[in-house]
Amino acid sequence: MNSFLLPAATLWQRELVRFWRQKSRVMGVVASPLVFWLFIGYGSNDLAKFYSGALVLTVMFSAIFSTITIIEDRREGFLLSMLVSPAPRTSMVLGKILGSATLGWIQGTIFLIFAPLAGIHIAPAQLLVVAAAIFLVSFTLTGLGFVMAWKMESTSGFHALMNLLLFPLWIVSGALFPMATAHGWIKAVMYVNPLTYSISLLNHALLMPDATPGALTSLAVTAAFGVGLLLASGIMAGRKSVRSSA
Amino acid sequence: MIEVSNLTHRYGDRVALSNVCFQVKQGEIFGLLGPNGGGKSTLFRVLATMMAPSEGSASIAGHDVAREASAVRRIVGVVFQTQSLDKALTLEENLRAQGHLHGLSGATLRERMQSAMTRLGLTDRRKDLVETLSGGLRRRVEIAKALLHRPQVLLMDEASTGLDPAARRDLSRHVEELRIQDGVTILLTTHILEEAGRCDRLILLHQGRIVAEGSPDELRARIGGDVVVLQAADAKSLAGQIEQRFGVPAVALDGQVRVEIENGHRFIADVVEAFAGAIESVDLHKPSLEDVFVKETGAGIE
Repeated sequence: MNSFLLPAATLWQRELVRFWRQKSRVMGVVASPLVFWLFIGYGSNDLAKFYSGALVLTVMFSAIFSTITIIEDRREGFLLSMLVSPAPRTSMVLGKILGSATLGWIQGTIFLIFAPLAGIHIAPAQLLVVAAAIFLVSFTLTGLGFVMAWKMESTSGFHALMNLLLFPLWIVSGALFPMATAHGWIKAVMYVNPLTYSISLLNHALLMPDATPGALTSLAVTAAFGVGLLLASGIMAGRKSVRSSA
Repeated sequence: MIEVSNLTHRYGDRVALSNVCFQVKQGEIFGLLGPNGGGKSTLFRVLATMMAPSEGSASIAGHDVAREASAVRRIVGVVFQTQSLDKALTLEENLRAQGHLHGLSGATLRERMQSAMTRLGLTDRRKDLVETLSGGLRRRVEIAKALLHRPQVLLMDEASTGLDPAARRDLSRHVEELRIQDGVTILLTTHILEEAGRCDRLILLHQGRIVAEGSPDELRARIGGDVVVLQAADAKSLAGQIEQRFGVPAVALDGQVRVEIENGHRFIADVVEAFAGAIESVDLHKPSLEDVFVKETGAGIE
């Protein structure tokens, strides 16, 4: 057990230590969703409507920043020494994903400070529910980032994928317009978009009115998606051959 | 300790290793010498359990590197050519993380870290961020990191690349100590002749094949007598003329003509006399590993 948990714990801790030493990352992750949110929210005179979307964007940016370090680790060689150690690959994947998910969770929680601006007031007990929901969303998005980053050779490829895949997914997730009023085939896309369920999960946790899909559905889909991505990451990293830039 | 038999590896159509066989005894310092692209790195990756070979097998302490990778990983320490440290962490944090990856913790880990740092002279820098350390120090940290789990075998890939001569000597002193004090078997790849000369035995790899194997002295003894190197504007034609006139093999490489010959000093007198205008400079030396390499392959190492 020790040989499974210890590697996971040390990689989780490494993410936190690195993050703590580069505090400017918090600014980078929180600032742009905040600006988007304030512009769109004030412009349409409804800050509350876009709050969950901005929160998911914060978590998504954090997940992206964190998982990009997989590519850097490969380029810089740190990944190599992990991969030739006897630690189980699944334990390393778990440590990396939990570490990155924790960072997303911290930054998402920081974003809660701005909730009162939108007239959203969170009771102390409710805070636990909201924090748990943010963690689940962060875990899912980190898993998605991991699966994307694992095969990538360069960080620019990752940025391209982010612009082509993650941003569009976010736009049609209910972050900007609700599923109820969506038109035509976009509505169908929203149904199968896992981010839709992340947004509605947060809306439910924040007690926003008219959150769709339902709370249980949102929770189940988000959790299933997260676990699925974790398994996929484990399988990908468990493959025998190890590539390196060297 | 290390046994490689009929190892062949292909990347698509390109053959990187062809039917390589050799054995390394316990406590030996064994070198893989050859130019970049000669197959060293591929062989290293196979031994370090980073990829399975297309054909043949390799084993370390009786464990097959492809089928029993995790058993091999427990007894092998790997020092990569590229840096494998996390620059944002301190020296000590890097070592601790590595120890955890090997399932070490608590007092055992502290003691192992302490002894690795003492051995490599790193103790007073333990709290420093790796990004503030010099290249030579970082290499030493890499080795300390590879030693934490007390490996029986240490694999080092071009470990002295980018180091100045002083740091390089320092590194080989540490490697030598490891072999003497702990009986660690060391396999290293290099394209630096000086480093290869300090190995107990080595193989020369060229285009994926072993072209020569033996101790540095044995290899050098393959060349009888002296090596004469002539610098010439037209090395190719000079080599041809020398072969014709003196009946000795002459190899033209990079604007130079190399001739292996007994009593080199007499040959120099004759050759300079015969081709006075064509020769720009003359060098006479005892055979080096590079001469062996040139003799066996007709190509240079660097």
